[in-house]
Amino acid sequence: MATRTDFGPPNYKELIPPVVAKNYGQWKYHERVKPGVLKHVAESGDELYTVRVGSSRLVSTDWIREVCEIADKFCGGHLRFTSRHNLEFLVSDKEQLEPLLQYLKDHGYPVGGTGHAISNPVHTQGWIHCHTPATDASGIVKAVMDDLFEYFVDWKLPAYCRISLACCLNMCGAVHCSDIAILGIHRKPPHINHDIVRAKCEIPNVIAACPTGAIRPDPKNKSLTVNEEKCMYCGNCYTMCPGMPLADPLGDGVSIWVGGKISSARTPPKFSRLVIPYLPNNPPRWPEVTSAVRNIVETWAKHARKHERMGEWIDRIGWERFFDLTGIPFTVQLIDDFTMATETFRSTPTFKW
Amino acid sequence: MTNAKDTETPLLDQLEEGPWPSFVKEIKRAAEDNASAKDLLRQLERSYNDKIGHWKHGGIVGVRGYGGGVIGRYSDLPEEFPAVAEFHTLRVNHPSGWFYTTEKLRQLCDVWDKHGSGLTNLHGATGDIILLGAPTDALQPCFDDLAEIDFDLGGSGSDMRTPSCCVGPARCEYACIDTLDILYSITMEFQDELHRPMFPYKSKIKIAGCPNDCVASVARSDFSLIGTWRDNIRINPDEVAKYANDGLDIQSEVVALCPTGCMHWDAATKTLTIDNAECNRCMHCLNLMPKALQIGMERGATLLVGGKAPIVHGALLSWVIVPFMKMEPPYDELKDLIRRIWEWWDENGKMRERLGELINRLGMRNFLKAVGLPPVPQMIRAPRANPYYFWDPEEVK
Ligand code: HEM
Ligand code: HEM
Ligand code: HEM
Ligand code: HEM
Ligand code: SF4
Ligand code: SF4
Ligand code: SF4
Ligand code: SF4
Repeated sequence: MATRTDFGPPNYKELIPPVVAKNYGQWKYHERVKPGVLKHVAESGDELYTVRVGSSRLVSTDWIREVCEIADKFCGGHLRFTSRHNLEFLVSDKEQLEPLLQYLKDHGYPVGGTGHAISNPVHTQGWIHCHTPATDASGIVKAVMDDLFEYFVDWKLPAYCRISLACCLNMCGAVHCSDIAILGIHRKPPHINHDIVRAKCEIPNVIAACPTGAIRPDPKNKSLTVNEEKCMYCGNCYTMCPGMPLADPLGDGVSIWVGGKISSARTPPKFSRLVIPYLPNNPPRWPEVTSAVRNIVETWAKHARKHERMGEWIDRIGWERFFDLTGIPFTVQLIDDFTMATETFRSTPTFKW
Repeated sequence: MTNAKDTETPLLDQLEEGPWPSFVKEIKRAAEDNASAKDLLRQLERSYNDKIGHWKHGGIVGVRGYGGGVIGRYSDLPEEFPAVAEFHTLRVNHPSGWFYTTEKLRQLCDVWDKHGSGLTNLHGATGDIILLGAPTDALQPCFDDLAEIDFDLGGSGSDMRTPSCCVGPARCEYACIDTLDILYSITMEFQDELHRPMFPYKSKIKIAGCPNDCVASVARSDFSLIGTWRDNIRINPDEVAKYANDGLDIQSEVVALCPTGCMHWDAATKTLTIDNAECNRCMHCLNLMPKALQIGMERGATLLVGGKAPIVHGALLSWVIVPFMKMEPPYDELKDLIRRIWEWWDENGKMRERLGELINRLGMRNFLKAVGLPPVPQMIRAPRANPYYFWDPEEVK
């Protein structure tokens, strides 16, 4: 049998619930009923309740079958997921809303992540499945969200807060525009295992893979050398060649970035900025990371004005005040010296003490 | 809590506790009847002890007819963890807006239980359904069974990656464009680009229905299509007054935070006016008063290009190149422009150079000329502050 190809994803038109098909493009307004529950009202008068549920993103087929049962029971067999790994139950029959919420509560599904809350952290693979991680992804997310759980299920913050995690500087999750980004970093160049390089690697390909030109041939040894000053720890060489592992228990760890945003509401999108250059990997619960994140969230929550995102708050008070209020030490790693560094230097004598 | 079995993974077991859903529980559930999930758990415990990962890249794997869609993954400790010696990922193209019927999801579970680890990511950061972990010889049979239930693979490598969109008109009153339909239409149009790596590097397309950009398109896609409108915000004065009566401080929470200063609130008469010509459609006021304020009626999209994560030269946010484009099926204007841009990038881009980096290297002017777009002030935050313009002799006549 010839393999069928290029037929594309299932057509969403066959998967959306009837209430969505009927009111498609005709939604009039929404209300935030309570944390995790949205109510959308259509021009036709139809109402749709959305119940947002946090998930661990890494889920078993048992879990999928379980949430399917819930959707069969309360939502006519329909469900969806969000761009931040949340699960959403869509309830068109208002009578089913309270029973659904009760069921979710009884079975330990966290409802929240809407409104002025911390939503599910976007994250990547980490030690679960990638070959260049500087830290785990799922483990830190679990530890951080256990700690910040109250902010997922409740509205206690001045504005949205998006936390994201990427386990190496490739930033597969594109975390660089988050209110708080947790980024795995390597601090040591690859250690070369010359025997493996000789046995298994195409030396010209490895050299070509390095974005900074740090790798040179070492013809005497039929191997390679790395100019350590040029290495930016990206792991591309390890992708090409198992003889160049980058991971190192002492070198690897976590950095913290703050103040990014995506939406254009009020102020344009911004990048997150480095505020803590390194915290050690301390599995299974990464206490240094969870307490650093909590400190930043709570300092912001205490001082920001209503609707002020992390980055907007910092723009108003200034970075010098941010370091002052959070008590985070300012260190030389925080001063940019990469491609667009000078844009970040101050050229006026107007700053705060 | 501690029976003999649990103590094999004492560190990970600690992550079964706490209120947030536990991925460790999920792996353990899958491990009950799946050897590879069990070895995944054991290898991960090893990583928690060693503080390093234990995966390597190894050879390229895939399915017949496709150049992407599968990520090859091998344990670097295959003797210790034989069931994950080969543990490849299939990226499966998700339906627009991540809508499912339970029937469809169960079919997917059946296929994955048969061929793989029983573990998935719903969803990966690009949007795909990630089927996490199958040996090499299971890939083709798995794909054949996926095809039976109409699930195709997504992108990986130097191709168009699986595009994604926000929930849009399916459930959001701010949707200025039909994000789900545009997504489906371009996914079907560009199947070849999705499945067969042919570009200098990856290329991503994301579609958001309005400037709230709930899919983070400006930060993580080479092409960000964002819905917008050109006429006036529709105001329902009665509902405005109701928000005020219900305790919303319209002056301080709405008007004072409007970035363009184009709103006026008369507290005495409870009247809100907007100078629409000056509004930049930032969404703040609509977000706070969805019942009272509605998007305009003359709708289309703004196209921005060039966004990417930091590797190699630093992160970029997408730049406006088409301030307004009407979005009507079959979206030919959009598709043609995407094609022209890809062609230019393909011709000029070096290996692993994203579109934004190429525009930066060769200059916005060359890009605009090559793809035939006129310069307009909506493209920039400010004009240049240096006099180093290299005049084209054509321009000096
Ligand atoms: C009241 C205004 C807003 C409404 C009605 C709204 C609506 C939505 C909807 C329907 C989703 C689900 C999208 C999907 O998964 O396809 C969503 C997700 C999201 N929105 Fe918005 N949005 C609003 C404002 C914003 C703003 C201002 C931001 C950024 C500051 C934002 C950021 C996000 C993010 C990051 C997600 C993913 C959330 C998650 O999965 O937990 N939204 N929003
Ligand atoms: C640590 C900093 C930097 C690193 C690691 C770096 C790395 C690289 C690499 C690996 C390439 C080759 C890319 C390829 O062939 O695909 C490259 C090219 C280039 N880089 Fe950088 N770069 C850095 C800083 C800069 C800076 C500061 C600028 C300019 C402001 C810059 C401008 C360029 C340009 C224009 C090219 C293309 C050169 C050409 O076409 O010949 N780079 N860079
Ligand atoms: C040298 C650069 C990069 C390398 C070597 C790389 C490698 C990888 C690998 C191996 C995976 C699969 C992980 C797994 O499932 O085992 C992955 C996933 C992914 N990559 Fe990259 N990547 C690079 C750059 C990027 C960049 C710049 C982006 C974003 C713009 C990106 C976005 C993604 C996304 C979204 C995923 C899916 C992650 C998830 O859902 O867990 N990658 N990458
Ligand atoms: C090829 C490029 C440039 C040339 C030939 C040039 C030439 C000059 C000359 C002849 C003066 C007057 C010096 C004097 O009276 O002693 C001057 C002053 C100045 N230039 Fe430039 N300049 C150039 C580029 C720039 C650029 C790029 C900047 C800033 C971004 C700049 C900033 C200034 C400033 C601030 C002054 C002092 C102005 C003042 O006293 O009011 N120049 N330049
Ligand atoms: S961020 Fe780095 S370590 Fe994490 S999945 Fe992407 S490439 Fe792998
Ligand atoms: S880790 Fe990256 S920068 Fe360092 S040598 Fe390898 S390829 Fe080059
Ligand atoms: S981007 Fe706009 S249209 Fe799309 S879900 Fe978010 S608020 Fe709604
Ligand atoms: S959308 Fe933004 S700019 Fe326009 S009136 Fe509302 S707050 Fe002001």
